[in-house]
Amino acid sequence: MADTIAAVATPAGEGSISVVRISGSRAREIASLIFRASSGRPLSEASGYTAMHGMVCDPADGTPVDEAVALIFRAPHSYTGEDVVELSCHGGQAVTRGVLRCALDAGASPAQAGEFTRRAFLNGKMDLAQAESVMQLISAQGQAAARAALGTLGGRLSREIGSVRDRLIALAAHLAAFADYPEEEIPALSPQEALLTLEDLLTELDRLLDRFDTGRLIREGVPTVIAGRPNVGKSALMNLLSGEERSIVTDIAGTTRDIVEETVQTAGVTLRLADTAGLRETSDPVERIGVDRARGRLEAAQLILAVFDRSRPLDAEDLRLIDFCAGRTAVAVINKSDLAPAIDLTPIREKIPHRAEICATDGTGADALEQAIAQALGTAGFDASAPLLISDRQRDCCLRARDAVRDSLDALTNGVTLDAVTVCIQDALSALMELTGERAGDAVVDAVFSKFCVGK
Amino acid sequence: MEFFAGKFDVAVIGAGHAGIEAGLAAARLGAKTAVFTINLDWVGNMPCNPSIGGTSKGHLVREIDALGGQMGVAADRNTLQSRMLNLSKGPAVHSLRAQIDRRAYSAEMKNTLENTPGLTLKQAEIVDLRQSGGCWELRTRLEEVYSAQAVILATGTFLAGRVYIGDVSYESGPDGMFPATALAQSLRALNIPVRRFKTGTPARVNANSIDFSKVEEQPGDARIVPFSFYEKTEIENRRPCYITYTNQETKEIILSNLHRSPLYGGKIEGVGPRYCPSIEDKIVRFSEKERHQVFIEPCGLNTSEMYLQGLSSSLPVDVQLAFLRTIPGLEHAQVMRPAYAIEYDCVDPLALRPSLEFLDFDGLFGAGQFNGSSGYEEAAAQGLIAGINAARKVQGKKPFILDRASSYIGTLIDDLVTKGCSDPYRMMTSRSEYRLVLRQDNADLRLTPLGREIGLISDQKWEHFLQKRDQIEQEALRVNQTVLSPTPALNAALERAGTAPVQSGVTVAELLRRPQVDYQLLEPFDTQRPDLPEEITEQVQIQLKYAGYIKRQEAQIAEMRRLEVQALPRTIDYTQVTGLRLEAAEKLSRIRPENVGQASRISGVTPADVSVLLIYLRANRNEQEDPT
Repeated sequence: MADTIAAVATPAGEGSISVVRISGSRAREIASLIFRASSGRPLSEASGYTAMHGMVCDPADGTPVDEAVALIFRAPHSYTGEDVVELSCHGGQAVTRGVLRCALDAGASPAQAGEFTRRAFLNGKMDLAQAESVMQLISAQGQAAARAALGTLGGRLSREIGSVRDRLIALAAHLAAFADYPEEEIPALSPQEALLTLEDLLTELDRLLDRFDTGRLIREGVPTVIAGRPNVGKSALMNLLSGEERSIVTDIAGTTRDIVEETVQTAGVTLRLADTAGLRETSDPVERIGVDRARGRLEAAQLILAVFDRSRPLDAEDLRLIDFCAGRTAVAVINKSDLAPAIDLTPIREKIPHRAEICATDGTGADALEQAIAQALGTAGFDASAPLLISDRQRDCCLRARDAVRDSLDALTNGVTLDAVTVCIQDALSALMELTGERAGDAVVDAVFSKFCVGK
Repeated sequence: MEFFAGKFDVAVIGAGHAGIEAGLAAARLGAKTAVFTINLDWVGNMPCNPSIGGTSKGHLVREIDALGGQMGVAADRNTLQSRMLNLSKGPAVHSLRAQIDRRAYSAEMKNTLENTPGLTLKQAEIVDLRQSGGCWELRTRLEEVYSAQAVILATGTFLAGRVYIGDVSYESGPDGMFPATALAQSLRALNIPVRRFKTGTPARVNANSIDFSKVEEQPGDARIVPFSFYEKTEIENRRPCYITYTNQETKEIILSNLHRSPLYGGKIEGVGPRYCPSIEDKIVRFSEKERHQVFIEPCGLNTSEMYLQGLSSSLPVDVQLAFLRTIPGLEHAQVMRPAYAIEYDCVDPLALRPSLEFLDFDGLFGAGQFNGSSGYEEAAAQGLIAGINAARKVQGKKPFILDRASSYIGTLIDDLVTKGCSDPYRMMTSRSEYRLVLRQDNADLRLTPLGREIGLISDQKWEHFLQKRDQIEQEALRVNQTVLSPTPALNAALERAGTAPVQSGVTVAELLRRPQVDYQLLEPFDTQRPDLPEEITEQVQIQLKYAGYIKRQEAQIAEMRRLEVQALPRTIDYTQVTGLRLEAAEKLSRIRPENVGQASRISGVTPADVSVLLIYLRANRNEQEDPT
């Protein structure tokens, strides 16, 4: 359990002020790294029950993130009974997440479900009568978090973390077998080979951290592509989601030739929507550029809204899209629910688990669509801050794994013995496996016995 | 006719490696102790490989020694060959391994037990065990009745033992001794959760029938490090080991006779150890391997029996002979004892506390293979802890528990009683997350103060320990204060070692931190250096070189111990704790962890469950303090 924790303490939503709370013995130290008071006084010297006005800045480069009021509480006179700094900032999610990110970057750990309340209770800030409800609350939040983690872990992120984890296990198992069975003919792992693998894993973790950087995701939204063959109603869907006429809606196929972008709030997250040119083979050079771009966008998207026309049978282009969506985060949007059905939904049902039937022109099924999007993103059944909290944990675990991999590389290149290298690799593994509650040591031992012929 | 034959504080059933340490520890702590064995001529027998130590097992032996146990001393006195394994892989995995004269070791252990005050060593088969008036009653085959306040089950592979060789199987203990069949029934009647495990051992062949010109000799170390920190025995290499390999022909014979193995024929229900596969297992599971290594190890000075490590098997005797004779050097091998598999009863260790006392049977303890482990060293380690705790129980003291961060012993026991085991458990360095701190070289520094506290470390050993610790501190101080000038000679030496020269004065400590620099390299320049034994300079050097890693592991340890000190009362009804998930409540009720740390390591207990437990504990404490 971490010493100093931080989280958004106000419910996510439309409030005009939100609060990022930092609690623990290093709360003031961490806050002073990211908060520049207008008065010029250092926050670390402020006494309890004082407020300061100033700017929250990125601890790395000093870039201002938001104007805020810092409230300082000294232990035991605070909500949690520990030293607490609360940064009241402007309500928007993007800004609030940005402020939280600064606190985490400055050394705070993301709070676990119900952790502020737990600390408050353990520090005697609540009476006995409240204990049971606190336990229930923590349990409920913990279970919701676990469900969400599993949901998210079913997706692409999970596969990528899983692949890093599996490679770390293989490496650790090799090193373990090599150390634990010196008399067996375990091929020695060449330092070059280990070096290459570790460098590769470092790049992989950096890439993961970069791509799944929740702060960026929140500030910039989830890159989302609306895709489908011409004239299935992509632009109408765009307009439905954005609530305004952004795309030109006609019933002439191929109307949208460039990518139209819009940022919308739905299902508790921000989607960076791109309406793309309909996918079809075309001889029109301008339209073809649009189609190529659409395919490029599809590759990079973190959410695909695949639109199908219910009144027409699936064609080859539809089937290709369905195949593309399989295994990715996608929602099948079956449009034109007002028309007589002519579509066979079986191929869609087989490959795309999240679906919604809508009529984009009159808005029928918009709620179902929102729900399907939330389910696909793993944000269903949550208040908006919860999935982000999960992501912070994932990021924290990946970050620690990355640092441990870096340490193992340092050890290896500096000629430190393999035992130290191995311990760093196992630390990296432990960090990643925290996400699924598995134990690194057990996984390594299992791998040793399944992969190596050892024993008397 | 039954008669009452005696009353003891502690009774130990079994005089193998677990029983020996249990009996000695209990007696040395002042408990009136009896040790019962089925065959007095085989106290401390090694029915499998004639060696002690090896990776992580060597750590266990040194920890046993640091706590005042016997195994290390007896091994040192009966060593045939000694090697420190893994010397190039870093201090965390250095592991001492010694070939042992097994009959001499057994005789020595028997003698030690015989001459320990307060200890009674008896040949007797215990056939019945029951609770009676706050005590345990033990009945022998010869109708003697003993009573004891605490009983330690250290039954090894004797408990309902059954040997398998090909089509033949029969009830037996190891090495042709009687099995403990009646006791097994008595334990099942007590409703102790028992299950069947199996293990195996290879054939022994006569050295005179081996063609040594066809095998490689494996010599011992030139400089021998003893296991014991305190009793320095002069050790020399008296017998070498040899290496040979199986080949394609061996493989073909085994594969074409697989149907005659009881393992593959489905006759054995017991779960075998994954790390100790029989040769048939290895050939089936790793069919791509062209050859498998075979170590030929001496069993003693006074015998020609040679142990064939790598060839454990349960194939029929004719097949064993046929495949042995395909192996270079063994073409004319005379088998003195065939390989066999043995199946036995053991307990599900989740039924035990970290003190190794049963959760549900007051005063009953388990140790060694009975607890689901495998290996002499694992057994001895548990025997020591069970013996200490049985004595402390009788004396009304609180249990002595080593946590994971203290030792391999603590890791072994925590793994067993918290996670259980689905096959015989073997210690491995990879099982310890704190292995840079838990080294074999510092076992005394880690554990001897604890051994002193509980009363197993004599004044003489304690003096020796204090002196060593003091010398290490002095030398650490000295290397931090001693500055070496950047002379051309020093820089030349540094460059030869592949590290950067220095521009200005530099402390000995700063140079020793570099991976390429050691004490020996600095000898010509560090002229004020006192004449210190290597065990001192080794400590100073490791602490400097690995300071960063050690510091980080120590931080992880401090973190882990924050939960370890939150004791969970035995009276908690987990099904009534608000907010605990059903799975967690069920697991916690079954395993009944001692503290929140142990609870957090149970699979199926989430961080949220841990939070709930912490709050429950606080709420309960408030309740107890507050009479309203």
